[in-house]
Parts: sequence; C-alpha cells; structure tokens
Amino acid sequence: MAEWVTFAFLIAGVGFFAAGSIGLLRLPDLHSRLHALTKADNLGLGLLVVGLALLDGGLVTGIKLFLIWLLVMAASAASSYLIAQQAMRRGSR
Amino acid sequence: METVLWNLLDLALAGLLLGLGWAAVASPDLKRGVILFIAFGLLLAITWARLRAPDLALAEAAIGAGISGALLLLALRDDPSSEAGDGIATGPVAWMTALLTLMLAGLFGWALLTALANPGPERLAGQVAAHLADSGVTNPVTAVLLNFRAYDTLLELAVLLAALLGIFALGPARPGFKEGGPVLDGLIRWLVPLLVVTGGYLLWVGAHAPGGAFQAGALLAAAAILLRLGGREGGGFPGPVLQRWVLAGGVGVFLLVGLAVTVVGLDFLEYPRAWSGVIILLIESFATLAIAATLALAYIGGRPSGWDASSTGRTTERQEQS
Repeated sequence: MAEWVTFAFLIAGVGFFAAGSIGLLRLPDLHSRLHALTKADNLGLGLLVVGLALLDGGLVTGIKLFLIWLLVMAASAASSYLIAQQAMRRGSR
Repeated sequence: METVLWNLLDLALAGLLLGLGWAAVASPDLKRGVILFIAFGLLLAITWARLRAPDLALAEAAIGAGISGALLLLALRDDPSSEAGDGIATGPVAWMTALLTLMLAGLFGWALLTALANPGPERLAGQVAAHLADSGVTNPVTAVLLNFRAYDTLLELAVLLAALLGIFALGPARPGFKEGGPVLDGLIRWLVPLLVVTGGYLLWVGAHAPGGAFQAGALLAAAAILLRLGGREGGGFPGPVLQRWVLAGGVGVFLLVGLAVTVVGLDFLEYPRAWSGVIILLIESFATLAIAATLALAYIGGRPSGWDASSTGRTTERQEQS
C-alpha cells in the first residue's frame, strides 16, 4: 500500500514536469511559458520530493529533500521574475 | 527488471550527452551553444554520479557547468560582434579543426581501449585502497589529490594562479552589473551565506566523503559571482593587499608545508604520518580560498579596481617622464 502511494507521488511529479516541458515548447509567448515552467516545476518537484522522502523513509533525508525543494523554489521564483522583468524592459523600450 | 530499467536510463543519458554535446558545438548561434554547453555540463554531472564518482559530479556541476558557463556567457556579453553565425570557422580552418579533433578523439579512444583491454598487473585504485590508512584521510579521492599525488595538485594550483595572472595582464576589470532589484537582492541575501556555509562543509567533509578544496572553492566563487551580478562591485572580496595574500596562499602554504617537512628529514611533500590529516586540512583550507578568489577574479576578467591604486605612483612617474 505504502509503495503504491509513493509511486503515485513520483508519477504525478513526473507528470507535472512533462506538462511544464510541453508548455515550454508549445505556449506562444515568454510570459505564458514562464507560467507553465514555474508552476509545474515547483509542484512537480514537490511531489517528487514527497515521493522520494517516502521511498527513503528516513527523517533526516526527508528534511534534506524538503530544504532542497525550498531552495529550488526560491531560486526558480527569483530567476523567472528576473527573466520576466528583463522581457518587460525590452518590450517597453 | 530493475537492471534493465537502469540500463535504459543510462543509455538515454549517454545518448542525451552525445546529442547535447553535438548540438552545443554545432549550434550556429553562440548564445544557444553556451546554454547547451551548460546543460551538457549538468548532464555530465549526473553521468558522473551514475558512475559512482560523486567527487567528479560535484566538481563538474560547480566548475564545468556553473563557473565555466558563467565565464562563457560573460565573454558573449563582451563580444561586440556576437551576431548569429559569427565565430564559427569556415573553409580550411574548419577542416583542420575537424581533422585535429578527429585525431584527438582517435587517440583518446585508443587510450581507453588499451586501458580496458589490459587491466594490467595492478590497477591504481587497488594501490590507493591499500595505502588509504596511511594518508590521514578516509576519502580516497582526497588522499590521492592531497597526499599520494600532492605534487600534481600543487602544480594545478600554480596553473590556476598563472592563468589568473594572464587574465590580469589583459587590462583592468570590466564595469560590473547594475544593482539588481529587490527580488535578486533578497535571493542573494539568502543564498550567499548558504553558499559560504556549504563551501565550508564541503571543505571539512572532503576528508571522509565526497568534497574538498576545489568544490568548496567553486561554491565560494559562485557566491562572489552572485554578489557581483547583483551589483556589488567588490564581489565580497577583501582589500587588494589581502587579495594578493589569499591568491598566493594556495600555492604558498602548499609549498611551505612541502618544504617544512624536509627540515625533519622527510622528502618534499611527504607528510609525517601522525600529522597528515591536519596538514591536509591546512593546505586545503588555503587552497579553497585561493581557488575561490582565482575563479571569481577570472570572472571579473581583469585587474579589479583596487589593484591599480597601489601602482598609481609608478604610473604618474611614467606620465611625468613622457
């Protein structure tokens, strides 16, 4: 039972990554692409982290994975903001 | 079933590596090429991790993908003629490059094949494992880098220093970036202390697990580059005088330790066994700072502003003479 829950999390996480990647390739402009990437990747990575933490079972590993998730979210939020800001400046010029 | 899955994954990884490598080299757009190269570096790091070489994976991710990528991107920023297609050799130059590359690839392939075909009487890994207890550390990679083959590492640090002096000779540093907005500033406030702590951890943990001076130095350099990207001109560096000491300290402390042991009658760089753990940590600490300073100053791409100040006396003299 626990295994199934773990794999459900992992597969859902991979699904979000796939959706984000498809969004990056298919969406028409920069802002919607950023939207697809950040939302999908943050949630996808979160689901992967939960799945991997369950797979490992250890508390310390779980905390480490959680911290990695926080770090990636902060970095990706900031970098997508910077990309969007730069695009806006270029557009308004 | 599980091995088949892993094999499939490894095959996909190898295929992606080849594809990305080709795409990075063949891309007519230099910027695209650089970004593909960074992706290639990250994938190569995963490959090293799959080959159970986490030390190499860390170094590849930090130096190969991170710092080299940043250097290449910066070089693109400087190049005024970085139009699409520029910088790609054509005609005889392209043919010669292709021929030389093929010859080099053939040489490497031949070396790899001979190494695989003739395992030889004793592989080096076995020798390292047999003498690991004498090295003062339990991480075999650190034992090789800082003890068994310390001479190589010393020369590597000297090469880094020489490369930086070459960069300094190119002229004064370029102007830094404009100050980043509150979001980048906030990220830097969070990330830089984290990078410093992680760098210190990697340095310390190198004695018994993957880590060491090069990885730690690359992280510290990344912190400095981040500071500079966020508009802090100094990049978190100390003053120019201390900078010189830090830069020279990597090779200097290594050499001093190597020479000091000869006083007690040991060979150059032969550590007394009881002290080797401490000595390695000492050398690595100074090497970390020197590597960090070297990489970050290489990113700045010239003599930082403070460096010329001390030589202004000479410059004005020269001007007066002329």
